[in-house]
Amino acid sequence: MERNRSYLGKLFHGISTLLTGFKVTGREFFTRKVTEEYPDNRDTLQISPRFRGRLSMPDPQKCIACGLCQINCPNDTIKVVSQIITDEETGKKRKVLVSYDYDLGACMFCQLCVNACPHDAICFTTEFENAVYDREHLKLTLNK
Amino acid sequence: MFDFGIITSWIHEFLTSYLPLGLATFLECVLVGVCIILLYVVIAVIMIYMERKVCAAFQCRLGPNRVGPWGTIQLICDMIKMLTKEIISVRKSDKFLYNLAPFIVILASVMAFSCLPFGRGMSVLDFNVGVFFLMASSSIGVVGILLAGWGSNNKYSLIGAMRSGAQMISYELSASLSLLTIIVLTDTMQFSEIVMRQQDGWFIFKGHIPAVIAFVVYLIAGNAEVNRGPFDLPEAESELTAGYHTEYSGMHFGLFYVAEFVNLFIIAGVATTIFLGGWMPLHVSGLDGFNHIMDLIPGFIWFFGKAFFVVWLLMWMKWTFPRLRIDQILTLEWRYLIPISLVNLLVMVIVVVFKLHF
Repeated sequence: MERNRSYLGKLFHGISTLLTGFKVTGREFFTRKVTEEYPDNRDTLQISPRFRGRLSMPDPQKCIACGLCQINCPNDTIKVVSQIITDEETGKKRKVLVSYDYDLGACMFCQLCVNACPHDAICFTTEFENAVYDREHLKLTLNK
Repeated sequence: MFDFGIITSWIHEFLTSYLPLGLATFLECVLVGVCIILLYVVIAVIMIYMERKVCAAFQCRLGPNRVGPWGTIQLICDMIKMLTKEIISVRKSDKFLYNLAPFIVILASVMAFSCLPFGRGMSVLDFNVGVFFLMASSSIGVVGILLAGWGSNNKYSLIGAMRSGAQMISYELSASLSLLTIIVLTDTMQFSEIVMRQQDGWFIFKGHIPAVIAFVVYLIAGNAEVNRGPFDLPEAESELTAGYHTEYSGMHFGLFYVAEFVNLFIIAGVATTIFLGGWMPLHVSGLDGFNHIMDLIPGFIWFFGKAFFVVWLLMWMKWTFPRLRIDQILTLEWRYLIPISLVNLLVMVIVVVFKLHF
C-alpha cells in the first residue's frame, strides 16, 4: 500500500498522519490532568478500581476452603486452614474454613488467586497504604 | 509605538557629555553585553520552566509544582546545582578542544541572539545583511558540537557529533531557503527594516500560500537545526547515552543545555520577526480603532508573546512525534524539504513579479 503512492501522495499522506498526531496531543494539552497529588489530596484520592492494593475477603461465608488459591499462589503467600465437619441435619461431611492466612510481605499482587477462586470469595481492594513497622504485622488473617 | 531608541540615544548623549567618545562607546558595549547576557540567562530559565510545564501538559501531567509557587523556584535550585557541580576532566581527551567546545556553542548562540529585534530600536546588532549574519553565526554552533564530540575521546560522543554535523548542515539549507523566500518579498535583509515593512500586515498574511509553506518548512528545519524534537538524533539517549555532551559535567554541560534552549528561542524569534511581524502589533487595514488599541500594547510584549507562541508550537511538535532515524532525517531533508522550499521560492518569485501579494 505504501509502495503504490506517488511522491506527492506520500507527502500528503505524511502530512495528514502528522496532523492526526497533532490533534491527539493538542486535545491532551487542554484536558484535565490525571496527576494525583497524593499526600495533599488523601481524602479525595481517586484510584482506578482495578488497582491491586491488598487481598481481602469481603464475605468469608462464600469461601468453600477448596484451596485453589493456595495452589495457584506462586509465592506461597496464602495458607488455607480447613476442617472437615459433619452436618448434623443431613449427616454429610463438608469442608469449612478455619483460618485464611495471607502474608502481605510475600505477595506479588499477580491476582492468580483471585482468578482461580471459583466463588469470587477473594478480591483485591484499592487500599494501598500497606506500610507497617514490623514484618509480623503483614501476616494477616482474612476471614476474621 | 514607543521608540526604545530614545532611551539608547539619551544614554549615549549622557555618556559622551562626561567621557571621550571612544571610552563612552566602550562603556556602552560593556553595558549592552551585560544586558544581552542577562536577558539570555533569563530567557533560558523561562524556556526550561516552560519546557517542563508544556511537556507535562502534553503528557497529561502537572509538571513541577512542589518547589515554590507552581514550581518556579525549581529552576533556581537546578541552576545552583549545575553551578556547584564538579567539572570532570576526561583522561586522554583533547583538553583544549574539550574545554573550548561549550564556549563556541554558547558564543554562536549569543551572537545569533543579539540579532533579534525585541522592540522598536531595541536591537543590538542591526545592519543591512542581518539575516545573513544570523544564519552564519548560528552555524558556528556546529563547530562546537563537532569539537565536543572529537575532544571527548568517546565513541558515542563522536558518533553523536558526526550525526549532528550531517543533520545541522543539511537542515540549514532549507531553513535559509525558507528565509530567502520572505527576503524575496521584502527585498531587504535588515531586521528592523523587515519588521517595518510588516506595518500593514504580517508577511505570513501578505505572502499568503508561499509564506505559509515557508513558515512550516522553517519551523521543521529550525527544530532540526537545534537538535530538538523528533530530530534529537545527536543525543539519542537510548543508543548514544547523551551524544556529544556525554562526557561533560557541571557548568560545561550546563552551557550546552542553556544554548540548546536559547537556540530554540532564537529559531522562534526569527520565525516571529520574519513571518509574524516581530514587535509589530496586529494591524488590520481599515479598522483604525482596532489598530489604535493594538498599538497601546508595547512592542516587546508583542515580540515575546509571538515568540513564545512559536516556541509552544515547536514544543507541541517535539512532544508529539517519535524520533526519526538518521536515514529518515536525511530523506526528509533532501527529498522533501529542499525540493519543496526551492519550488516555494520560485512560487514566491512569481507572486512578487506579478504582484499577487497583498
